This record gives sequence, structure tokens and C-alpha cells, in this order.
Amino acid sequence: MYTTDMSGNKKAEVVAEDPEELAAFEARVANDEFIEPKDWMPEAYRKTLVRQMSQHAHSEIVGMLPEGNWISRAPNLRRKAILLAKVQDEGGHGLYLYAAAETLGTSRDEMTEALLSGKAKYSTIFNYPTLTWADIGAIGWLVDGAAIMNQVPLQRTSYGPYARAMVRICKEESFHQRQGYEIMMHLAVGTPEQKRMAQDALNRWWWPSLMMFGPPDEKSPNTAQSMRWRIKRDTNDELRQKFVDITVPQAEAIGLTVPDDKLKWNEERGAYDFGEVDWEEFAAVVRGEGPVAKERLQARQKAWDDGAWVREAARVHAEKRANAKVAAE
Amino acid sequence: MDVIATYALRLGDDSLILGQRLSEWCGHAPALEVDLSLANIALDQVGQATHFLNLAGELEGKGRDGDALAFRRDVMDFTNCLLVEQPNGDFAQTIARQFLFSHYQALLFEQMAAVKDTRFAAIAAKAAKEVAYHATLASDWVIRLGDGTDESKARMVAGLAWVWRFADELFAMDAADAAAIEAGAGVDKSALRGAWDSRVDAVLAEATLARPAPHRATTGGRIGRHSEHLGHLLSEMQFLQRAYPGATW
Ligand SMILES: [Fe+2]
Ligand SMILES: [Fe+2]
Ligand SMILES: [Fe+2]
Repeated sequence: MYTTDMSGNKKAEVVAEDPEELAAFEARVANDEFIEPKDWMPEAYRKTLVRQMSQHAHSEIVGMLPEGNWISRAPNLRRKAILLAKVQDEGGHGLYLYAAAETLGTSRDEMTEALLSGKAKYSTIFNYPTLTWADIGAIGWLVDGAAIMNQVPLQRTSYGPYARAMVRICKEESFHQRQGYEIMMHLAVGTPEQKRMAQDALNRWWWPSLMMFGPPDEKSPNTAQSMRWRIKRDTNDELRQKFVDITVPQAEAIGLTVPDDKLKWNEERGAYDFGEVDWEEFAAVVRGEGPVAKERLQARQKAWDDGAWVREAARVHAEKRANAKVAAE
Repeated sequence: MDVIATYALRLGDDSLILGQRLSEWCGHAPALEVDLSLANIALDQVGQATHFLNLAGELEGKGRDGDALAFRRDVMDFTNCLLVEQPNGDFAQTIARQFLFSHYQALLFEQMAAVKDTRFAAIAAKAAKEVAYHATLASDWVIRLGDGTDESKARMVAGLAWVWRFADELFAMDAADAAAIEAGAGVDKSALRGAWDSRVDAVLAEATLARPAPHRATTGGRIGRHSEHLGHLLSEMQFLQRAYPGATW
């Protein structure tokens, strides 16, 4: 998930806080009140939020790359416009999220530097390549679909600016999910080549999509704390199960096969049993060893470096204008 | 193709090729806000292209729609001006291209919104609002970069120097233009030049930039004589339609 805790198995460090303030804060959160930027908050809460929100923002921005890869090759004018608008939406999501994270006292430039240095993470899913047009369908359907599953509950997360950003973002993500599924539906009833393309995309994106929900609950030590703080509202495994249960019938409806031998409806549980995610691969991708991780960071670094003179010119020009205005007064 | 269809085709091709070029920036722009603005302009251009190319196909009457026209023609049948197919270069070159083109498009669509043929007038009326914004955005960047740092100024000068030779083609008139005017669909582009010059000069002055030296016009786009760049753009844009003939998407 864009927001899953990828900090590994480290327990969040404990900083001594004023017990009365802490108790009052915990009570407000437990009461489902929103915490606003000027309110007192424990340091660990602030840190966790900055990490989670900046990671989410970075995921939106890095996520523009795999889909952006197909804008110039979209198969018709309508699909081109839809994809361009989608990728632009993701950029907009990045912008709201950076702005929301900045209210916690970390600047966008600092967050960007952390991304480029490899210190900050982004969703593992964007370290996989988009090879065919069907990948654009698969990403919308599965990746935006998985993102929604996590983000809908975050509309009621305890930090006000984050919750409000989520409300706006969720509306657009569900559009993206439907558009992606629509691409897949179309391919699935197309020529044999198109159908093969769709199945191949599902084969490649299925397991990485399940990884988006993060490590299994027993290996996610910060989940309890985050849930108590209402930064997270469901566990990784709960969300993963929900995703499987919703998505498998969607695949069946268009005649595609989910690439999992162990997938089976469990009447008793009223849910699908499914195979084990390759957690070793997940860990490697989190470490920055995903198939196209180097390409993704290189592209972000290049945009940042190549744009430096533009940002500098804009800054200098604004300064000249401000000085001219002062001189004129 | 009859001349009125050709006229619509040219308008559509200009927008299509520029939209394609601009979308290459998506995810790679100098700042997030810039990324969003360039994508916005690209989207507007793709939208205009869709309208004009569909209209061209309709006027042609051979069952080709906008997609058939966009994805199934070769270089020699594309009728866009040479300016829009120029590579993005650095951000300054992209802005220089946009600056010249958007001021032209703004003047063109302002007039076209009032032509007799309601099909052209309707598309132009909607597009006029969009391109007026593009012209403002491009002008603001010309000013920022021209009157920014030494480096940005040098880059802006180089960007303008690259695109300047393609400006004359925007205003060139031929038989298709004359027929379109006659039919109440077209605009006298040569008459837009004076207003374009004064708008462009005003921005350059504010940007502390000199107007580039006169250059012999490089033309040919309207009759399918393009730069080497267009073929590469098309081979990428048309890949799926070429690789899977007959498939729908
Ligand atoms: Fe998004
Ligand atoms: Fe998201
Ligand atoms: Fe999305």
C-alpha cells in the first residue's frame, strides 16, 4: 500500500512526553476528533505521520512514471486523454499530500531530497515495469484498486489535513480503478493477442499488488500503535483479504485467471483462501532492489537536476519583482 | 480530401502533434506544478485534435474518424506546421515553442469562434478559452526565464533562436485557407500577424529579451514536407495501431 509501514521490524522509538498532554491527546484521538497542525501532538505521532504522508506523496509522484511510459503510445485519442488526465491526477495527489505533510514542519524540498537519497520509501509496486498497453489497465484496476482499499478508511484518519486530502484523492482513485478495469474488459473480449496481453499483465501485477498491503500482521510491529492513533484503521492482512475477495470475481467476470494455484473459495470463512506472497521478493524491493527501482530513481533525479535552473530562475525573478515593488513604494 | 476537410485536418494535426510533444514531459518536468500545467495544455490540445480530426473525417466522408486519421497516416499526409513537431529540448525551448504557437492559436480561435460554419465556430469557441490561458502561461514563463538568472536568459535566447524560423509558416495562406474563408469556416491568418507581433514583442520586452534576428522561413508542414523529427514521433504514437491492425482498444 502507498501508506504501509515499510520501516522494517524496528519498533518506533519512545520519546518521553508530558503524561498529561499525552493523555489528553490520546483521549481526543480515541474520541475520533481531528488533530490540527497547531495542536499539541507527541513527537512519535508527528514522525510517523511525516513518514507515512511523504511516502504516500512520493508514491504518487514515482507512480507517474510507469503509466507515463505509455501516454505517448496510447492506442487511440480517447485512451490518450484519459491516461494523461490520470497521470496528471496522480501528480495532483502528490501535491496535496506534500502540502498536507508540510503542515507538520517538513518542507517539500526536504522530503524530495529524502526520496532521492533513498532515505524515504515509496510504494514497492512502482518498481515493476510497464511492458504492454494491458499494464495500464492492470495498474488502474489492481493498483488503484488496492490504494482505494487503504485510503477510504484514511478519510477518517486522526490528522485533519491528511484526512481532508484523502477525501479528494479517493474520489479520483475510484475513477482510475474503473477506467483501468474498463481497459482490461475491452482487451479481454478483443483479439487473441489482446486477451493474451491482458492475462500476461494480470500474471505480472497480481502478486506485487498483494504486496502493496505490506508485511503480514505478525511482522508489522507498528500496526497496533498506528491503529491506536487512527493513522491506520485496518491491519495489512485484513486489507489484503478484502482486496482478494473483491478482485477475484472481477477477474472471473472478464475471463481472466488469477495466477495462484492455492486460490479457493472458503465457504466457512466466506472468503478466499490464497497462496503465500513471496516475502523475500517484497523485502528486496523495499530495500530498493526492485526490477526497475534504479530507473525510477534515476528519472526522478534527472527531473530534479535538469529542473534546478528553472526553479532557480523562478526564485530569482520573484525576488527581482518583490524588490522592484519595494523600490516603487 | 476536399479543401474544407483539409482545413480541419491541419487544425487537428497542429493540436495533435503539440499535445503528443507536451505529454512527453509528464512525470519529468522541472517542478510538480509545472508538470501539472504542461499536462493540462497537452490535454487541451489532444481534446482539440479529437474535435478537429473527427470533423475532418466527417467532411471527408470516407468513413475515417479522428483515430483513423491520427494513427493511420504517414508523414507525408500530416499537415501540421513544423513548429509543433520540434523536439521539446530543454524547458526553455518547450516554452519558446508554446509561446509562439499559443499566441497564434489564441488569435486564430478568437476569430474562428465567429465564423459562419457552426461546426468550426463551436470547436474554436471552446478552444479559445483554453489557448488564451496557454498563451498567458507561456508568456509568464518567457518573462521569468528571460528576466531570471544569466543561465535561464541564455537558455531562453537559445530556445527562441531554435523556433523562430517556424513562425512565418503559422500565418502563411494557400488555396485551402482561401476556400475555407470563402466557405465561412476559415480565418485570414495573414491578418493576424500584426496583432501577434505586438503581443509577442510586448512579452519579450518585459522579459528583457531581444526579438531574434530575422531568419528565412522554414516551411512545408502544410503540404506534408516535415522535419526528420515527425517520423519518430509518429512511429511511437502509432505503434499499437500498426502492430495490431484491426484491433479496437
Ligand atoms: Fe493517486
Ligand atoms: Fe494514492
Ligand atoms: Fe490513481
